[in-house]
Amino acid sequence: MATEMVPHTALTLVDQLPAFQILASFLAAPLIVVLGSRRLAWPIAFIASAMSLIVALMLLSQVMDGTVISYRMGGWAPPLGIEYRVDAANAFVLVLVSAISTLILPYARTSFGKEIPLRHHTAFYAAYLLCFSGLLGVTITGDAFNVFVFLEVSSLSTYVLIAMGAERDKRALTAAYDYLIMGTIGATFFVIGIGFLYMATGTLNMADIADRIVEQGGNRTIRAGFAFIVVGIGLKVAMYPLHRWLPNAYTYAPSAVTAFVAATSTKVAVYVLLRFIFSVFQPNFLFEFNTLEYIILPFALIAMFAASFVAIFQSDFKMMLAFSSIAQIGYILLGIAFLTETGVTAAVVHLFNHGITKAALFMAVGAYVFSANGSYYDTIQGLGRRMPLTSAAVVLAGFSLIGVPGTAGFVSKWVLVQAALEKGWWPVALLIVASSLLAVIYVWRVIEVLYLRATPQGCQVREAPASMLVPMWIAVLACIYFGLNTDLTIGAAETAARGLMSGSAGMR
Amino acid sequence: MRHHLILRVITKLLIGTIMLFALYVQFHGDYSPGGGFQAGVIMAVAFIIYGIVFSLDDVQRVLPPWVVHKMAAAGVLIYAGTGVYSLFAGYAFLDYAALSPHHPVHGQHYGILLVELGVGVTVTGVMVTIYYAFTSRTPILDDEAW
Amino acid sequence: MQAFDWDFIVGHMNYWLFIVLMMTGFYIVVAKGNLVKKIVGLNIFQTAVFMLYISIGKVTGGTAPIFPLDMEVDPAVTYSNPLPHVLILTAIVVGVATTSLGLALIVRIREEYGTIEEDELLKIEKEIALQDIRQHSEVIGERG
Repeated sequence: MATEMVPHTALTLVDQLPAFQILASFLAAPLIVVLGSRRLAWPIAFIASAMSLIVALMLLSQVMDGTVISYRMGGWAPPLGIEYRVDAANAFVLVLVSAISTLILPYARTSFGKEIPLRHHTAFYAAYLLCFSGLLGVTITGDAFNVFVFLEVSSLSTYVLIAMGAERDKRALTAAYDYLIMGTIGATFFVIGIGFLYMATGTLNMADIADRIVEQGGNRTIRAGFAFIVVGIGLKVAMYPLHRWLPNAYTYAPSAVTAFVAATSTKVAVYVLLRFIFSVFQPNFLFEFNTLEYIILPFALIAMFAASFVAIFQSDFKMMLAFSSIAQIGYILLGIAFLTETGVTAAVVHLFNHGITKAALFMAVGAYVFSANGSYYDTIQGLGRRMPLTSAAVVLAGFSLIGVPGTAGFVSKWVLVQAALEKGWWPVALLIVASSLLAVIYVWRVIEVLYLRATPQGCQVREAPASMLVPMWIAVLACIYFGLNTDLTIGAAETAARGLMSGSAGMR
Repeated sequence: MRHHLILRVITKLLIGTIMLFALYVQFHGDYSPGGGFQAGVIMAVAFIIYGIVFSLDDVQRVLPPWVVHKMAAAGVLIYAGTGVYSLFAGYAFLDYAALSPHHPVHGQHYGILLVELGVGVTVTGVMVTIYYAFTSRTPILDDEAW
Repeated sequence: MQAFDWDFIVGHMNYWLFIVLMMTGFYIVVAKGNLVKKIVGLNIFQTAVFMLYISIGKVTGGTAPIFPLDMEVDPAVTYSNPLPHVLILTAIVVGVATTSLGLALIVRIREEYGTIEEDELLKIEKEIALQDIRQHSEVIGERG
């Protein structure tokens, strides 16, 4: 705390890393607007994003052994001051978010050249960076109200980014409006929940809230807070019955935005859910146990089947992937609902693996939109020979989506099945396998359209430019790499799960 | 042009007072209720009332839209810049003690003034931007259609 | 417990206010078809939360938490809790941003669709969707 009494010891730059994590992109966004230069916007955005990635990797390397970094904003000690707290769980998510962002920016430059009018480009990169720094902020902060603020920073800029798709399809506007209404209701529910927690505990620091909940046990105020928080974050996660905003928002947003948002935004929301369920509230409280077992578990199972089933009948590649996202979120929530260490490990690994898989697939969709000017099945039919690299990427990332051995998707589903068997819930394990079969169907439909259909006569479609292919293939190769080498993902996820499962001990 | 004579005269008289009051709320904010948010809105009101009573062109001659956009972003830079300064001075981000290492309480004063200035500039910029954005929209549909 | 606990009802006045405002706003968001009215509902909904926060910051007999001019805090004086107010300042800013973004989207929707009534919008979107199916559905048709 900044008083005259305490002699000050200078912080080194390594101590400042948690602040740099947010600042790089948060400073770059207004800088782009102040400079107002179309040529400088992209380089600034890219440098900021790359710096965030480097910082995130440094943070992850520091916390891999289970240590916890605490950073005092403004020099005020927690629990009074805002604390930035990095442990294995959120360092892992930070790496995911900043890696995806750095990967997508070079891709976005080409993709936007075609999808968004030039005059919007500077504003676009500013909004993109705000969204990015908001997501990082949600992940890194240890203060419950700060989560809300960053959540709204990222959400508001996401609405703008989605609405930019109106240039291609005017339905982007209504999609963005729907998302705005739903997202705001979700965020407001969340903030009501925080209000109840503050009433019950008198503090906003998540670790401190956890300690005080342990002291006083569950009472009605805390339970009400829990309910509001789960529903509010559930809206942002697109938890099954609260998912209606997602398909349209993903489908009509510009391709690069879809790739970024699909890979990061719901994943960060899942992280917040994990953080609140395991670190702030204690999992051994009966009400939480009941919520998970009787509400989240069934809905996760329904999501896995219902959304996959709807995905099969889509005639638009992008819409199909959007529905598949809802199904995949079902897997993640299922892992959380097991309430075991293996289950949480599965959730964290799947969060990461599904992030890179979906990034690769949505980037491929963007490549089709770029070259063939559409992603309907009849627009892209027979393009397997015309666009061999993009289509091969779809096949490989599609395998990862199904969970074919040797890909990232397999690893996380394997851990998930293990978690189910560990609990003795073998019907759930069977359902996981069964819903993967539905994934086989919808992925196979795309492969059939791409390779087994005749190319329409007089087709002039060419392969997408290298600036789109390289990021796409990096994501695809990451899918395969993390399918073969699981040390990093499973190792980090296990540390994260241990930290989360030990409740407040992981925070304090 | 001859409409609303009283309104025009009173507005001209008021604008100066409003701005002065905004500055008072801004800089007295660390002793009394007030600060950047409130001051920014009051300052923006001065411009908005000018725009409403006179015309959008008049107010945009005083404060062109591009300036307003830059203001909104520049305020954030002032705010974050204060934090970055303390960060490189070896203090935590936004630790105002860095602004006056030998007398941290003074540092708190300088810090809050700088940060609130940033907030004020941004809020003014954003409020006027919102006003411009909605009023300068050329009606593609005529009034009857609403 | 008594059948009619007057103290309980009056003592929780702020919560009743919160519940009524919140449900009013929520109902408007859900039930009204006009997009602007939905935004108004959202505003009322958010205002309810502001009321909740501000009212829980009140300490019985507490005064405004402002430093005296000589900066000496008298420990005998009770102050209200300022923290919820500061939080709500942030939430209000978020609310303003949401409102203006929502209204901006409505302006654009009005320009593109020519209406801001939900049922008409849905009708237009259904037509677009049907057109899409007619244009792109030969894939399914062929196989069927």
